[in-house]
Amino acid sequence: MNGTMEQKSKEIRHHLSDDVLMAYSAGALPEAFNLVVASHVSLSDESRARLEAFDAVGGAVLDGSDTVALHADSLDATMALIAAQDGVREAPRAAPEDAVFPQPLRDYIDGDLDAVAWRSIGGGVRQSIIPTSSDATVRLLHIPAGTAIPDHGHSGMEMTLVLKGAFRDEFDRFARGDVEVANEHLNHTPIAEEGEDCICLAATDAPLKFSGFLPRIAQRFAGI
Amino acid sequence: MLTSSTTVEETGALDAAAAYVADARRNLRPLKSGKNMVADMQETDWVAMMARVRNDRDQAAFAAIFRHFGPRVKAYLMKGGASEPLAEECMQEALATVWRKVELFDPARASVATWIFTIARNRRIDMIRKERRPEPEDLSWGPEAEPDQEDVLSMQQESERLTQAIRTLPEKQRKLIEQAYFGDLTHSQIAADTGLPLGTIKSRIRLALERLRHTMK
Repeated sequence: MNGTMEQKSKEIRHHLSDDVLMAYSAGALPEAFNLVVASHVSLSDESRARLEAFDAVGGAVLDGSDTVALHADSLDATMALIAAQDGVREAPRAAPEDAVFPQPLRDYIDGDLDAVAWRSIGGGVRQSIIPTSSDATVRLLHIPAGTAIPDHGHSGMEMTLVLKGAFRDEFDRFARGDVEVANEHLNHTPIAEEGEDCICLAATDAPLKFSGFLPRIAQRFAGI
Repeated sequence: MLTSSTTVEETGALDAAAAYVADARRNLRPLKSGKNMVADMQETDWVAMMARVRNDRDQAAFAAIFRHFGPRVKAYLMKGGASEPLAEECMQEALATVWRKVELFDPARASVATWIFTIARNRRIDMIRKERRPEPEDLSWGPEAEPDQEDVLSMQQESERLTQAIRTLPEKQRKLIEQAYFGDLTHSQIAADTGLPLGTIKSRIRLALERLRHTMK
């Protein structure tokens, strides 16, 4: 009775935590993290249900809120806005079945995987930084099968969503739809699994600090 | 359509009734007699109003939604730091978006207040923070399928219970939740543990999503 989307989301084992979902719902996250959250939620009905429960808190607060008087012509002005755009009813935004990227990411890339402009950052790893507000950074990473992402410590929060392939670190395995949230206390070595290149969407609220010498040089040139 | 005769429900009536009594300042309809009560006239009406906007482009129904939610959305925007003129403009844009997106509203997954909150929040990020707001992929029932009326009723009643639960929280805790959603707290200042009964709402949304996925096949 379950559709493919349902099965897909059941395979997802690493979901976002409540504090991240609530902050996204309240509108308190930087744009870069919002993009990772929206992409993950597009793939995970479990996270979507928890997110929409937090949205319900926002709705309840709004409904019980005090009020501020509107301008006398407020409704007329809004009806004029509506008239100016009438006939436009927004259609659902949804990615095609075979898309690699969820719809919110497609909106930013203006296409799917084949529309990404990659830059090499050494060791076979490629990245593409997606322009967002400057309080955090989000990038696509392309890691060849069997290759380690350079060892790095985090300062601040890092959120990594797998879109294709899978990676493992010392603790666990992450595949499509899984999201890993790390902080400065985690120093780990993720490795893309053999057999398929791994593509991730990763947001950081501070630059990654690479602990190896060579990657640090690459860091300077790649703008990590 | 949902009417008062179909909204009678017993469970949680005492809690809700107590909250309703304390709520005289709001313009809710009176309780029906005995332990049965009209659980949520207010919210059910908004779902019906939304249906009229969606199906008939009913401007009177939209005006009713506007008069209730417009002043609340404007208060939300001003508490978030917007000036009065900007809040007014942003509120108008948000309510115009309600009209434009009405077909995407799913009453089995959200109350009208919740749905309008998400639109206002996104408008605020867009117009006041001047950032794009990435949103998850849309899930829609499409032209043929409709959500189950029982699911809709349950969701609306559960939403009303949540509103009541927030209203009856200790002052300090209520302020914290309002500040998280209405203020401009950073991520690290927001605590997810609200102490609110969100498990039932989550389960209902999960169920609605499963039914929706099934029809989308």
